[in-house]
Amino acid sequence: MELFFTSLLNGVTYGLLLFMLSSGLTLIFSMMGVLNFAHASFYMLGAYFGYVISSYVGFYPALLLAPLAVGAIGALIERYGMRRAHASGHLAELLFTFGLAFLIEEVVHLVWGKSPVPYRVPPSLDGPLFTLFSATFPTYKAFMMAVSVGMLAALYALLTRTRVGLLVQAALSKPDMVEALGHNVPRLFMLVFGGGVGLAALAGVIGGNAFVTEPGMAAAVGSIVFVVVVVGGLGSITGAFVASLAIGILQTFAVAVDYKLPFFDRVTVSQTAPVLPYLIMVLMLIARPRGLMGTRET
Amino acid sequence: MLEVRGLHAWYGKSHILQGVDLDVREGEIVSLLGRNGVGRSTTVKAIMGQVNARGNVRFRGEELVGRKPYEIARSGVGYVPEDRAIFADLTVRQNLALGRKAKAASKFDEAEAFELFPRLRERADVAAGVLSGGEQQMLTLCRTLMGDPKLVMIDEPTEGLAPMIVALVAQFLDQVRKRGIPILLVEQKLDIALELSERVYVLGHGKVVFEGTPAELRARPEIRKEWLEV
Repeated sequence: MELFFTSLLNGVTYGLLLFMLSSGLTLIFSMMGVLNFAHASFYMLGAYFGYVISSYVGFYPALLLAPLAVGAIGALIERYGMRRAHASGHLAELLFTFGLAFLIEEVVHLVWGKSPVPYRVPPSLDGPLFTLFSATFPTYKAFMMAVSVGMLAALYALLTRTRVGLLVQAALSKPDMVEALGHNVPRLFMLVFGGGVGLAALAGVIGGNAFVTEPGMAAAVGSIVFVVVVVGGLGSITGAFVASLAIGILQTFAVAVDYKLPFFDRVTVSQTAPVLPYLIMVLMLIARPRGLMGTRET
Repeated sequence: MLEVRGLHAWYGKSHILQGVDLDVREGEIVSLLGRNGVGRSTTVKAIMGQVNARGNVRFRGEELVGRKPYEIARSGVGYVPEDRAIFADLTVRQNLALGRKAKAASKFDEAEAFELFPRLRERADVAAGVLSGGEQQMLTLCRTLMGDPKLVMIDEPTEGLAPMIVALVAQFLDQVRKRGIPILLVEQKLDIALELSERVYVLGHGKVVFEGTPAELRARPEIRKEWLEV
């Protein structure tokens, strides 16, 4: 019972963090038709920016400033990089984001070195929040959940209650028509790209100190985020949400289970945890290529 | 009002428009005729800035070639594409709201759209994707009018519609003209085009091969035979 509840809470926390990454990625994909391979790199930048900024002005201002800074960088990259690459077609744009991912990683190496930086949970959020049965639940996990849920509510309100949100929803499926009605779609692309990578950066700020802030963190989470987007269905935010939670919870549970696999008794269930998301993705692509709630065929 | 001179356009390497000249004047419905693949849709897309084009498109004194689609729309060109491009997941009301260019009220508003097509009012809060083809065509026409265009380009509005609905669309186009908004119409159904239009252009191989009034076209069976009939 104890194991069940702690695993569930850990899984939900991890899942919500995944959703912060995958929501931006799926928005950018639906609108521009390009998978942003550098998306997780902005998550990493968020963690490093959070580390640097919080060392000067403290953690809470950094929680706001780091995503804003990374979002602004993202908007500039869209405006002066992606938009030009886009003129040469989707392949050029895809390769551009590939190059960008390597570029960001090398810049991180140069500036902060190859080993982890000491980015720590702020003392006010350190320590246990409550004790469930005999296990303690850390305050910081609850904080991560609160930030994620708050972000989710804000994103939902923005998309469904504002005119910009309406434009974004329309442009997800038919950007050309939205532009033909007189709306500045290129600027909308820039805002969505900036906003999407800003969300990834926010995930980095609250995830970087919970886990480890090091140059490999982008690659570690990047592939999982792609799994989430594919399983949830390309272009579906709801799908991304369901898939984020499902994969977050599944992976956390698998890690916690100590049984041996039937037939392969040298392998325990927990050892299969890293493989599970990819296995689900492959099965999903075979059985239902559109994903859980995807509308696109790709 | 709209003057197109020497318009060339390409899709990849194929040279679709090879110097199209045409005019739309105040209060006119002008039809663009021709067989499939001669570049009728490409002409309106090129005017709208959606395909790479060279040449001159002057609209109310402004040059449009080289400008972005949203700038062209803001200068007063309305465009209804062939596939209607309804935002299927959004409601009828939201689709109409997206036709407005800014928060400012437009001359044509939701109430007026509902008055013209009461069916849209009944289905105001329904996802537009579930509407019938005819209802979607009404919606897309009204959506474009919400932006107060000074000219509307409409690509194949009657395609795939039942004869009764076709008559309704034709009636609507006439009303739009009476509001003082000229129309550049791409139409496959020759009888409708000839009945509605002041003037017609026939396209062949990316060029204008005939220009005149519907009566003049009726008097030239050889043009119809060579460029229009299948």
